[in-house]
Amino acid sequence: MKASTLRAWSWAHKWSSLVSTLFLLMLCVTGLPLVFTHEIEEAAMHQAWTPAHPNGPKLDLDQVLAAALARKPGEVPAFMSFDEDRPVVNVTSVVPGKSGYSFQPIDQTSGDPAPSVAGHPVMEFLLQLHTDMFLGLPGMLFLGAMGLLLVVALVSGVVLYAPFMRRLPFGTVRAHKAARTRWLDYHNLLGAVTLAWVLVVGVTGVVNTLATPIIAYWKDTALKKLTTAYDAPAPIAARSSLNAAVERAKLALPGKQLQFVAFPGSTYSTQHHYAVFFHGDTPLTAHLTTPALIDARTGQLAAVAPTPWYVAALSLSQPLHFGDYGGLPLKILWALLDLATIVILGSGLYLWLVKRGTLK
Amino acid sequence: MSRGHLSLWQVFRIPLAVAALSLFGLVVALLGDGAWDWIGAAALGASVAAAVWALVARRR
Repeated sequence: MKASTLRAWSWAHKWSSLVSTLFLLMLCVTGLPLVFTHEIEEAAMHQAWTPAHPNGPKLDLDQVLAAALARKPGEVPAFMSFDEDRPVVNVTSVVPGKSGYSFQPIDQTSGDPAPSVAGHPVMEFLLQLHTDMFLGLPGMLFLGAMGLLLVVALVSGVVLYAPFMRRLPFGTVRAHKAARTRWLDYHNLLGAVTLAWVLVVGVTGVVNTLATPIIAYWKDTALKKLTTAYDAPAPIAARSSLNAAVERAKLALPGKQLQFVAFPGSTYSTQHHYAVFFHGDTPLTAHLTTPALIDARTGQLAAVAPTPWYVAALSLSQPLHFGDYGGLPLKILWALLDLATIVILGSGLYLWLVKRGTLK
Repeated sequence: MSRGHLSLWQVFRIPLAVAALSLFGLVVALLGDGAWDWIGAAALGASVAAAVWALVARRR
């Protein structure tokens, strides 16, 4: 490689890393406990609970919704989701025009509140910091840009690896040399072995930061034509039965698993439809959701919206970023590789400080 | 230890193998369940194993 080319790659590695390092460190530190969100919340929030009438009949979804909204006067429903291992329906509602939401797990056998098993305040705080640093969409997109800089740092790092390693067998750690040499060796070794994982988690993280524009684009294009028949949002009083809507949606997507319902006007639906989301039951399709849109005024099936490729890409980016799709062994590897990434970021910063003479 | 120049292939063969195994592991754990989750974790674990091996065996 010509010296000028090498200098250019070196410049790219230095600046892409320097600009993003502090943010990437924050993401690694907050991401470490977030990998184990499920386990932590289970340990911290678990309490013995049995439904009021374990063998009794279940309320239908309209009754559950009414019970939930009766406890939150003035709020409108946004989402409804379903626990898999207990007869509990979770209702998320919002005050129109305000940010923030209420999340209520409801016992489907009685309509009474059930204890929460998710959403521990500490984990929610870490998740918010990790997602957008409490800055909303601009914060998310900014972290996405940091992720792109990470990709630049990885590519330039691979290019620079060759000249550094021409005289050293893979993985050599010159433990008795100066700290600068030793940390360069750690940096190169850990960078070389974690490359693929960091690339996958980085790129899927960037895709996840685009969730809001991706969903908005989907609503503005594929779902747009479904909304042209109406000029005003479906008023709450004019909505047809939720329970009937879900049953109608199940008929449209036989063999799929009900995942959640997005109410008219919420993020994942139009102003006029119940969007009833299903997922498949194979390991891959479990991550791919398909909504059936039910006209909220008439209860008729409006469309089964096929998932466009960019929404499928977003859906698959979530497990590949979170590492929650292969059981505990995969999560432990996520944690170890995350720790290795912290060492890479820290040693990179250290090497820069030593080179410019700030540290001796 | 060799003092000569290593070829590009010699420099990159182990990192390439680790990267290929990692990607294989990430994907098969996503596509399969049960045994595939373990195979996927084992393949991704090659990255951690390579690091631990180097830290022990290539320390000088």
